[in-house]
Amino acid sequence: MTDATANPIPGTASKGKSLLEQDDRTKRRNAAEKRFRAYGIAAISIGLLFLLALLWAIINNGIPAFTQTFINLEVELAEENLDPNGNRSLEDIRKVSTFGYNPLIGAALIAETADIETEVSDGDLTKILSASAAAVVRNYVIENPDQIGETVEFRLLASSRVDGYLKGRVQREDLARDRNLDAAHLDLIDEMVTRGSTERVFNWDFILGADASESRPEQAGIGVSMLGSFFMMIVVLFAALPIGVAASIYLEEFAPQNKFTDLIEVNISNLAAVPSIVFGILGLAVFIQFAHLPQSAPLVGGLTLTLMTLPTIVISTRASLKAVPPSIRDAALGVGASKMQSVFHHVLPLAMPGILTGTIIGLAQALGETAPLLLIGMVGYIASNYPDGVASGFLDPNSAMPAQIYEWAKRADPAYYERAWGGIIVLLLFLLTMNIIAIILRRRFERRW
Amino acid sequence: MSIMKLTATTAVIALTATTSFARDNVQVAGSSTVLPYASIVAEAFGENFEFPTPVVESGGSSAGLKRFCEGVGENTIDIANASRAIRPAEVEACAAAGVTDIVEVRIGYDGIVFASQLDGPAYTAFEPADIFNALAPKVVVDGELVDNPYTMWSDFNADLPSEEILAFIPGTKHGTREVFEEQVVAAGCEATGAFEAMIESGMSEDDAEDACLAVRTDGRSVDIDGDYTETLARIDANANGIGVFGLAFYENNTDKLKVATMSGVEPTTESISTGEYPVSRPLYFYIKAAHIGVIPGLKEFAEFFVSNEIAGPSGPLSSYGLVADPALGETQAMVAAEETM
Repeated sequence: MTDATANPIPGTASKGKSLLEQDDRTKRRNAAEKRFRAYGIAAISIGLLFLLALLWAIINNGIPAFTQTFINLEVELAEENLDPNGNRSLEDIRKVSTFGYNPLIGAALIAETADIETEVSDGDLTKILSASAAAVVRNYVIENPDQIGETVEFRLLASSRVDGYLKGRVQREDLARDRNLDAAHLDLIDEMVTRGSTERVFNWDFILGADASESRPEQAGIGVSMLGSFFMMIVVLFAALPIGVAASIYLEEFAPQNKFTDLIEVNISNLAAVPSIVFGILGLAVFIQFAHLPQSAPLVGGLTLTLMTLPTIVISTRASLKAVPPSIRDAALGVGASKMQSVFHHVLPLAMPGILTGTIIGLAQALGETAPLLLIGMVGYIASNYPDGVASGFLDPNSAMPAQIYEWAKRADPAYYERAWGGIIVLLLFLLTMNIIAIILRRRFERRW
Repeated sequence: MSIMKLTATTAVIALTATTSFARDNVQVAGSSTVLPYASIVAEAFGENFEFPTPVVESGGSSAGLKRFCEGVGENTIDIANASRAIRPAEVEACAAAGVTDIVEVRIGYDGIVFASQLDGPAYTAFEPADIFNALAPKVVVDGELVDNPYTMWSDFNADLPSEEILAFIPGTKHGTREVFEEQVVAAGCEATGAFEAMIESGMSEDDAEDACLAVRTDGRSVDIDGDYTETLARIDANANGIGVFGLAFYENNTDKLKVATMSGVEPTTESISTGEYPVSRPLYFYIKAAHIGVIPGLKEFAEFFVSNEIAGPSGPLSSYGLVADPALGETQAMVAAEETM
């Protein structure tokens, strides 16, 4: 110190420069700071740009999935086709398969378009309708056998190509080599749209419906796999929360500090970083091959995701238990509470907001996870039946939202690609809701000391 | 304590699951080429029968047959889809695990097509020899067997565009790969004289056959282990790339892909069913006979799959891109009689 004042840096004080004028070194330091700020702003801008591009792509590609084209059609439910014996017995009516309904729908289309001039041959007319049309009519007839012989108006799905045309996805020139639809069909559709018998409306079936096969993307919905995700989250919540909280309380409040508990701690931290596909292999080996639980069941999916979520919950629970000041414990013990009473009456309630936040974030992570589900058979054409009840919801084969999106993205028909993006929007809404709940809980109930 | 109750509930659920579980739906897994057809049939089956809709998973022919051969029981699959016939080694593996009675069902034929970007270079006509020259590690140049020197398609066939060679072919876990090797690469190997040259160089016939099927490893031939959508994405990103697809996939994406002829024949369901188009293969599924009568709806599903309404020339499978089997009647009789292999 004294040396420094005794020997001032040569060339600074002696030249007697004004303090208002910056010397080179200060300029460099200031410039470095400015540059660093610019880097920071650039990094954030790039991040925001990517986020915007992602959101734009998701919304742009996914929004069309929420509307669907329907064709209103009056179908004559001819008795000779549907109930040849004329006795209205349900057994006889069921014997007529969906293939038996196709001629009726074809005839209805011919009648509907009779006064429109078109080059489309009568046999090719049904290409504008979804293959699901016959099933819709058949289900109606089975539920209302008394309507046989009447003419009933149905609201039937248009085929995915027609729907794509009205959404701008399918262009006329694309159809030149497409054998599913011709340009002549599009002229017909244009005419039907002006008449009002064909319209594009909001599609609840996309949000509530079941998966469909490759040949009819227009019918596919994410509803059943949403239920699959729901049952899986129930399993995760009811398995991971008690186990995770009990383990954390023991480790944090009761366990002695020794090599063994150290080892456990290190392992928990490591488990949190294990790739999720590893838990899938573990789930396959333990729950399906060893415990003989059913394949493709949300119960197994939930248990597998529990393994993945546990470390997250344990780590966040221990952090929030640690954040409760020791004075609370000391005060409780001081007035004569037992160790357990001090934990359950005082420490745990104070740590609850942190635990819940950690749990919700763990659940959100599990909700968006696909990789482990690949291995336990939850990806494919699976989410086709609604569960019959709670038990069937846990045990019957089902998919999950991210697995369904992955499956749709793989399918050949471009209409499924659109639905995959739409599914991402639904999934993101769920994740956003869960994260907002976590933030609200934290804001509302968190206490700081 | 509420936490205790939660744990108890979970335990009860887990317990009931293990004790009172009886599967009432058919489970199918295997080839991703057969998956679209199987899902179409499963959907129609669910609509027309009182049984629940069967579950169809993909994963590739080999993966499906491996799961099929895990054993007999409710937590194993009932049907394996395959885009190639089951191999003797797989039959042995099955038998070792107790799966002895297998019903083989051929559902129809599928064409394998070569397609490239719609607006890309004019890859419109190929011969098996072109594919071999482009993809083999060793080719015949001036009568000598040398390391493949070609980098452009026009290097060996002036009719092809002068573009860098880049091909996306199915990975080895796909049944499509085997057909691609046998019907295109091996044919090209013989046509270019590479097969003879290998034998002359002292290789045994078996070794030469195996050597014929190898592909170059310098990055010009890329194995795609995923589905056709992955190949499509790679084609989208590489204007000079050609990809191997199933006919049905191509027909659903004619707005992005253009198809090449093979030996002068355009792939269509007609040219494949007459045998003019050279690259096609039968599609199969395999039923575990021990599960018939145990899993409700299994036999009905198999019969429905091969019925004329579904797999016939005017059925939904055919309109999706399957080439109907002329001998469907025999297959129907075989399924009805549960004839094992």
